[in-house]
Parts: sequence; structure tokens; C-alpha cells
Amino acid sequence: MSTAAVPTKPWAKSPQDRILGLTFLLAAIAFSYFFVAATEMKGKLAYAFIFFVAYGVIISTFSFITRGPQAAKDSFVSALVALGAVATVIPIASILLTVVQKGAPGLHLGIFSNDMSMATPTDPIPTGGVLHAITGTLTMVVLALIMSVPIGILTALYLTEIKGKFAGPIRFLVQAMSGVPSIVAGLFILSAVLYPITKNYSALMGALALTILMIPTIARTSEEVLLLIPSELREAGTALGGTQWRTVAMIVLPAARSGLMTAIILGIARIAGETAPLLLLTGGGDKVNPNPFSGSVGSLPYYIWKSFNAGSPEALTRAWAGLLVLMILVLILFIAARALSNRKMSK
Amino acid sequence: MTTTSIPSPRKISTEPRRSDKVFRGVVTTGGLSSLVILGLIAIFLAYRGFEVLQQEGIGFITSSDWAVNIDESGNIVDSTFGLGAMLVGTILCALIAVVIAVPISVLSALFLNFYAPQWLKKFLVAIIDMMAAFPSILFGVWGFLVLMPSVEYWGMLINRYLGWIPLFKVEPYYFTRSPFVAGVVLAIMIIPIITSVSREIFAQAPLDRIQAAFALGATRWAMIKAVVIPHGRSGVVGGAMLGLGRAMGETVAVFTVLNIVFQVNWQILLGAGGNVASLIILKFSEAGEYEIKALMAAGLVLFLLTLAVNAIANVIVKSTGKSGR
Repeated sequence: MSTAAVPTKPWAKSPQDRILGLTFLLAAIAFSYFFVAATEMKGKLAYAFIFFVAYGVIISTFSFITRGPQAAKDSFVSALVALGAVATVIPIASILLTVVQKGAPGLHLGIFSNDMSMATPTDPIPTGGVLHAITGTLTMVVLALIMSVPIGILTALYLTEIKGKFAGPIRFLVQAMSGVPSIVAGLFILSAVLYPITKNYSALMGALALTILMIPTIARTSEEVLLLIPSELREAGTALGGTQWRTVAMIVLPAARSGLMTAIILGIARIAGETAPLLLLTGGGDKVNPNPFSGSVGSLPYYIWKSFNAGSPEALTRAWAGLLVLMILVLILFIAARALSNRKMSK
Repeated sequence: MTTTSIPSPRKISTEPRRSDKVFRGVVTTGGLSSLVILGLIAIFLAYRGFEVLQQEGIGFITSSDWAVNIDESGNIVDSTFGLGAMLVGTILCALIAVVIAVPISVLSALFLNFYAPQWLKKFLVAIIDMMAAFPSILFGVWGFLVLMPSVEYWGMLINRYLGWIPLFKVEPYYFTRSPFVAGVVLAIMIIPIITSVSREIFAQAPLDRIQAAFALGATRWAMIKAVVIPHGRSGVVGGAMLGLGRAMGETVAVFTVLNIVFQVNWQILLGAGGNVASLIILKFSEAGEYEIKALMAAGLVLFLLTLAVNAIANVIVKSTGKSGR
């Protein structure tokens, strides 16, 4: 048996470095504590902010003494970028935590089997539920899917398969469309469909506005997915005598199936919590409305909005519970989209 | 004896088959839908708002009065509609949001690309992407109930120490629901967008130059300053413009945390602001037929504003790197 040479790691931290690093960390924590106590700042955010600044100053001073001004700047920036990342993550963590904390008391057994038609904002939590909101949101999402998926995928196909002379302008317009404010989409449907034609709130009106918001998401994600399909597949289809139509329908689209699913799921996640157009178009009824083409209909965002504006403690708890349901829905959609696109990558 | 019949030669042409013609027609129609929808939005809003736009003229954008007087029988006596304060407020809130969000986003994009270990990077990228998909009502309710008290306190501190700058003056002394609060909430909403645009642009920084910088003995910061920032500067500007566009069109999250006042206000810490999108929500429920037309015109102005900002942003991002989102 030969003895293998043990690889050395000259870049690894020595125990001395570790102790130094820990000391700096503790010093920064202590400094931030005293600094915040001495001035009139308060709250956890102040501690975090002062901690990072203090830590940056301490390690950069140390680097300046041991390695000179360049290293000092480098150390300070490394503390600064960490502060940036923390500042990005803190709101997400806070949102997730508050919603779970405040929404959990609002959940009860009947929440998915009752609607709000017999409950007032001040009723205790176990009366009423979100059934009308869930069914309304589902109806609108399904209707919006029926309209936006064909248009979105056709747009993507135009950009990747036909590559016609309008490809450049259309790509630009789709991007411009993704920036259309949701309230403008709502106003448009209001002025173009609701006032002149139907004159009544309905799930269909909401779905039409959501379609406008959903098309760009689906089109852009599908375009990216279709661009990943190797052109050899298309050439093989043509070489076997397939027309372009057959090639696209039987080779390209099946090959891109999971990617297109991702696009659709991301589209749903985009519109599931959209509020502003629904405030204009759906009426926000408190009863389950089985007719998607006529009559006021509830939806999760509208339910949250109504409860939030009602203001009583019970209503606020209902709003948080609604937010929790909505957030879990978006999370599930998002995780599903990620899982699908990861599977596509590994294939 | 039988003669073998020679099949007549097949006609060769590049003419697409009928099925392909239909296919191309259908796909092209679908592709043009975005053009049609955008055009219809502009046409319908302009058509509905035409009467108001004609009556108010340029004052619709410059004046700040919004009033409808109705007599006993419900007829409109006289009315003035002016978006001045709302437009100033919209731009002010969006600018505050961008000023806060850009440094944080750039720093966290640098952290993700050049400082974070691989596992942390993957985790953070997933979380930040997820945050971009969060519905705006979530930010609105959270911003109102959780964030607003602390931001108002920050506002008071800023006012105490920097109050001599006109921008931070507060008269009368009232901090609740100020443009600053709305700006902070909007900043939190657009940080994920600007971060992911900057991250993608930074990731395209040429590897050979990065390695050359390190080989010449540069520290990480020196490398970033010499290679990454010159490469990504205009991309970050484009990302910031995308964020600006999103911030201008945001409705619900702003409505919950902003006090709408029909008076142009440049003091960002004072609890009085304006916002076109929130105005529409605020006035819609009690608006009469004529006021709705004014709201349509306001929607048209907002639409054109965000369209212009987004178009400029996309041009900038595209000219920097091809994967601009």
C-alpha cells in the first residue's frame, strides 16, 4: 500500500484567521448594539444596517493595516455587497413570515366550503370562507387560459418558426405589452367590451383583462423555449417530406412540451393575484356565481381587498388568510414551473 | 406487348402547400395580435376620453384640479379635470423607488455573481425570481400593516437631520402615507426585476478580461470596477428603466399606502401625493358617466407614459446584451 500524498490547501483559513474573523464579527455586533442604543434609531433593521457598516469598516481597517489600501477597499465592498443581498432578502423573509403568522389564525375547517354571502365583516372567523373567491379565480384563470394560450404560443411560433418580416417589431411590441399597467388593461376592457356590449360585471370581463396581461408572459417564455429546440429536428422533419405545418405540430411542439407548460404556469402565476382590473370589471360578489358570462363574481384578490378595506379585526384576519391562500397558490405554481424547466434542462 | 408508361415528371415548385399557407396565415394572425391589442387599447381609451381631452385641452396634463359639481337632479353643472398633481406624484414615487432600488439591486447582483458560493447563489436566485411573481396586493397589505410604521419613523429621522434640504422639508408636520412610503414599497417590488436584469448583464462580462484582471493582481473590487461595471453600466440603466415603468403602472400597492391629494407636492416626506393609477381606483366607484370618461383619458396618459418608458428601457437593454429581459 502506497501512501497517497495529502493535498495541501494553502488558501484554506488557518485557525488564527478564523479566530480573527469571529472577533471582528463579535466586535461589529457589539458596536451595532451600542450605536443603536445610543442614537434614536430603533428596530431590527437598524441593527442589521449598522452591523454591516461596522463590519465593513472593521475588516477594511484590518486589511489596510495588513495589506494596504487596495485590500481595504476590497474588504469594504465585500461587506457592502452582502448588505445589498441582505436588503433584498429581508423584505421577502418578512412578507413570508408575516403572512404565515397572521394568516394561520384565519384558516378554519370550512374555509374552502363556505362563501361570504351569509357573513358580515365582523362575524367570528369560522363563519364564511373563500369558496366564492376560489371558484371565481379558477373560472377567470381558465377562461384567460383558453384565450391567451393560443395567442401567446402562436406569437412565439411566428417569432421562431416563420421569422417573417414583422418579427422584429412584434418582439418589440410583445415586450412593450408586458409593461402595460394592469389598470389600463382593465380600463380598456371596460371601455371596449363592458360598456358598449355586455353592460354587466362578469367573470368573462375579468378574464379578458387578464388575457391581455398573460399573453406577453406566455409569448416570451415560449419563444425562449422554442429557440432551444435544435434546428436539426426541424431539418429532419423537412427532409422526411413533412410540410412546415406537420413539422411544427408533430416535432417542434411535442419536443417543447414541458417548456410550454412552464410558460403557461408562469402566465398563471402572473395573473393569479392581479387585483386592479378585477376591481373595475368583476363586481366582487360574495356568493358563488356558477355563470361565468354574467353577474358579479368574487375572486381571491378582490376578497382580500374587500376584507382589508372593511378594517375590523376579523376582516383583517380574513384578509391575511386570503393572502396566505393566494401566496401558497403562487408558490405551488412557481415551484411546479421550476421543476418542469429543470427536468427539461437535465434531459 | 405492353408499353411501360413513363410517369410524367413531377412538378417541382417552391410554392408552399395549401396546408402550409393556412398554417402561416394563422400563425401570422396570432403574431400580429399584440399589435392589434396595443392599437385597440390606445384607440378605445382615446375614443372614450376624447370629449374630456377636447374640453380640457393641455390643462388636462398641466392643471391639478379634479372636481365635478352636480346639481340636485344629478346633472353636471361644471367640471374640471387636471392630472398635473397625479402625474408629478406618479413620477416622484417611481423615481424614489428607482433611487432606492438601483443601488441595492446592483450590490446584490454583484454579490450573486462574484461573491456568493454556488449553493447560496442558486437559492437566492430562486427566491428573488419568486418574489418577482408575488401579487401586488400582497405588497400593498404588507406595506400598509407592517412596513409603513417603520418607514414613517425613517422619514421623521431624515427630516430631523436633513430637513434643511427643500426636498426633505415637511410642512405641515404630517408624515403618514407620504410619497416616500409609497416609494419604499415600490422599491421593494422592483428590486427583483432590476436585480435579475443586472445579474444577467454582469454574467455576460467577458471571462478573459476578468481572468486577465486577476492575473494582473487585481483584487475582486478592482476587477469589478475595471471590467464588470464598464461592461454592464448601460444594462443597469435599462433595468432601472424597466423598474421605473413597472413602478409607474403599479396600482393597488400604491393605493394602500399613499394619501392622494390634488395639489402638486414636491416634499417627498409629507403625507400628500398623487398617482394616476390610484386615482382611477379611487374615483371609479363613485364616478358618473362623464367622470368615467376623464378616467379613461387618465388611463390613456398612463398607458402612453409607461409605453414610452418601457420602449426606451428595452432598446437600452437590447443594445447591451442579447438576453435582456
